[in-house]
Amino acid sequence: MDQTRRVPLSEIYRTFFVIGLFSFGGGLVSWIYRDTVDVRKWMSREDFLPGVALAQVMPGVSSTNCAIYVGQILRGWLGALTAITAMLSGPFVISLAAAWAYKSLLHIPGFQETMVGVAAAAIGMLMRTGVEAARPQIRDLSAMAVMIASFLAVGVFRFPLVPVICVMGPISVALAWPKAKAEAAE
Amino acid sequence: MNAETLIRIFTIIAPLSLASFGGASSIYAPMQHEVVDIEQWITAREFLDLFAISRAMPGPGSLFCTLVGWQVAGFAGAVIASIAIYLPSSIVVYGVGHVWSRHRGKRWHNALERGLNPLGAGLLFAGVVTLAKLASDGFLPIAIIGVVCALNVWKPKIHPVIFLISGGGLCYAAYAFA
Repeated sequence: MDQTRRVPLSEIYRTFFVIGLFSFGGGLVSWIYRDTVDVRKWMSREDFLPGVALAQVMPGVSSTNCAIYVGQILRGWLGALTAITAMLSGPFVISLAAAWAYKSLLHIPGFQETMVGVAAAAIGMLMRTGVEAARPQIRDLSAMAVMIASFLAVGVFRFPLVPVICVMGPISVALAWPKAKAEAAE
Repeated sequence: MNAETLIRIFTIIAPLSLASFGGASSIYAPMQHEVVDIEQWITAREFLDLFAISRAMPGPGSLFCTLVGWQVAGFAGAVIASIAIYLPSSIVVYGVGHVWSRHRGKRWHNALERGLNPLGAGLLFAGVVTLAKLASDGFLPIAIIGVVCALNVWKPKIHPVIFLISGGGLCYAAYAFA
């Protein structure tokens, strides 16, 4: 993690602000990779890659998790704070403007019906993400069992999420342990 | 709006932040339960609309919490909800990040990935079912969910906005010509 130069916080802010602003429907981690490793050469590929797995495994959204990881490597906690704030500030303002507009559009005939259609399309895309996430589990019996059990617990039986995670998380990791491999260090 | 509501917003969302494995989609089911069923801050309809807005606008899916906060308690609600959903998980990522990059490629990384990914996938489907129930008044929304999912698997490069506009357009047309 040796830094050839100290990346200014303002540059971190600018980079992640743009990434946040144009973020639509995922794929952001690869964008962060392109911007920070390929284009700006802030860090090496070897420094970046562990962050991808970390961002995926930890709770929270993988793109903002990845931003925190990158910010942290570049400039410690200040860098992490700058990166996540930058990434969220644009969408935060835009979303609130949209929510405000939403309230004033509610009385328009047909608006609510239209919103159901937008929501349905968004649910369809979410379901596709689920299909992609489920694919690698299919050949693995215990992973399938964990997936179905967590779905039933939270989605059907409406058990609260936190206790479900506290029980299922350790069980699932323990089940995966015998199959887990150490990757050769690069 | 009062301080009690703001505190409640925080205490509902912050634990979900720590439990949001697999991203925002894992919290739709518990959020719906808390803010629609129990607190009755917003209606099922509003919940679904806010979800649609959060997906149609740029930004990560968990900005949905920001919108719920806004709807319940205005700007202060939006700020508190955002802090509640991002701060706890971010602190964990920051804390683990140090250890993680020093021990890259270790077996426990792989075990965590293999163990937590199916959990996240299951929670995502829980979110899908919760939202689909809210959206399913009639045949058309169900059909849109299925068709968009299938099209998206088949042609992943189609821009999300095209799906959102088509879905909204179809439902508007059904309303206008019914």
